[in-house]
Amino acid sequence: MQHVAVIDYGMGNLRSVSKALESVAANDVAIEVTADPDRILAASHVVFPGVGAIRDCISELQRLELDDVIREVASKKPFLGVCLGMQALLSRSEENGGIDSLDIIPGNVSHFDITNDANGERLKVPHMGWNKVNQSLSHPLWNDIEQDSRFYFVHSYFVSPNEASVTAATTAYPDDFTSAIHKNNVFAVQFHPEKSQHVGLQLLKNFLAWDGQS
Amino acid sequence: MALAKRIIPCLDVDDGRVVKGVQFVDIRDAGDPIEVAKRYDQQGADEITFLDITATHHNRDTMVHVVEAVASQVFIPLTVGGGIRTTDDIRRMLNAGADKVGINSAAVKNPEFVREAAEKFGSQCIVVAIDAKQVSAEGETPRWEIFTHGGRTSTGIDAIEWAKKMVAYGAGEILLTSMDRDGTKSGFDLKLTRAISDAVAVPVIASGGVGKLQDLTDGVKLGKADAVLAASIFHFGEHTVQEAKQQMASQGIEVRL
Repeated sequence: MQHVAVIDYGMGNLRSVSKALESVAANDVAIEVTADPDRILAASHVVFPGVGAIRDCISELQRLELDDVIREVASKKPFLGVCLGMQALLSRSEENGGIDSLDIIPGNVSHFDITNDANGERLKVPHMGWNKVNQSLSHPLWNDIEQDSRFYFVHSYFVSPNEASVTAATTAYPDDFTSAIHKNNVFAVQFHPEKSQHVGLQLLKNFLAWDGQS
Repeated sequence: MALAKRIIPCLDVDDGRVVKGVQFVDIRDAGDPIEVAKRYDQQGADEITFLDITATHHNRDTMVHVVEAVASQVFIPLTVGGGIRTTDDIRRMLNAGADKVGINSAAVKNPEFVREAAEKFGSQCIVVAIDAKQVSAEGETPRWEIFTHGGRTSTGIDAIEWAKKMVAYGAGEILLTSMDRDGTKSGFDLKLTRAISDAVAVPVIASGGVGKLQDLTDGVKLGKADAVLAASIFHFGEHTVQEAKQQMASQGIEVRL
């Protein structure tokens, strides 16, 4: 039986994530919001969500002894990082004065420079709202999702992976940044699929159907 | 520039029921916030805002249940405002499935509350709601002040300075309501919207006064709002959110269609 663990480390909208998964999952799929390492290690699929600031995120993961658990499951099970749960996978974030993160995907997390678009309009930070996601490659998680579909974003920091090949999608604000990454059994997105209506639910459905091979 | 401007329908909720009246042609029970939220979601609303106008403690629990019910069926961002006074209030709403909370009078009373809330939950979920009213006479340089108690009580605080301060304290977004325009259907106060939007680095939601679709477009084009909030124009079936977006798109505004 499929068993999905949504990692609960006290950061943000876990209920939204689990409700969205429930709405697309078959009846026999168990969706569990949990901080229990054994339950996470036993799951068939793992979702690592998160909103808020990186310092609290990493310190909570360490306090709950979940950092090594995440490293382990991210090396073998279908694993989905969302928003802060994506940023935490990188090596280091410049948020909160510079924080070492999980280093599962080598690279850095930086703040958007407040800047103007091509028409001279000032861009607001946080980058908040529905923006286009340009799929850089075909991947099972993009199944039945149109190229350049709009997903819901809310963030002030963005990831820059060292290897360009892990970028699964880009989004323009105003320059292109990496809005999805993939590496083996890990997929991670900067946007919020659980808040992105049909296209977001389709991505979650694709994740549940994914065996972690791509 | 691909980020879409947002359209946000707003529902006033009292003791678990939508008030001010919402009349969709094919919905039998138009007072049920869950049904109304689902309808706006189907029409393509980018977010939904609930304004809890409940006064009693008991009815606050009802609002939590409303948010829980909506959040399990509607998968777009939800904001809850009205009566948010403590970090416990915020935690309850976020746990129920809200993505953001609107803080209004509690911020005026104690600005430090905004700082505390942003540190605890992140700026991305802290919306500071500002009710502003023009205090300058005609012909003078426009000046607006913050009003509380539904626009009846002046605080003497300058609206632009207040918006800047709230962003410095950690507000991730400003919900700006013109008390001069609210309920008049004569359009947003575009000068006010523009002044606040130019003054702060975070997104600004324009509110108060929408009477026709062009008002929404004007709010974005002339007021430089990042999002527009409206109630009655959608509640009575005059226009759908989809129509509003098509109208905005026809005038060159990026929207999610």
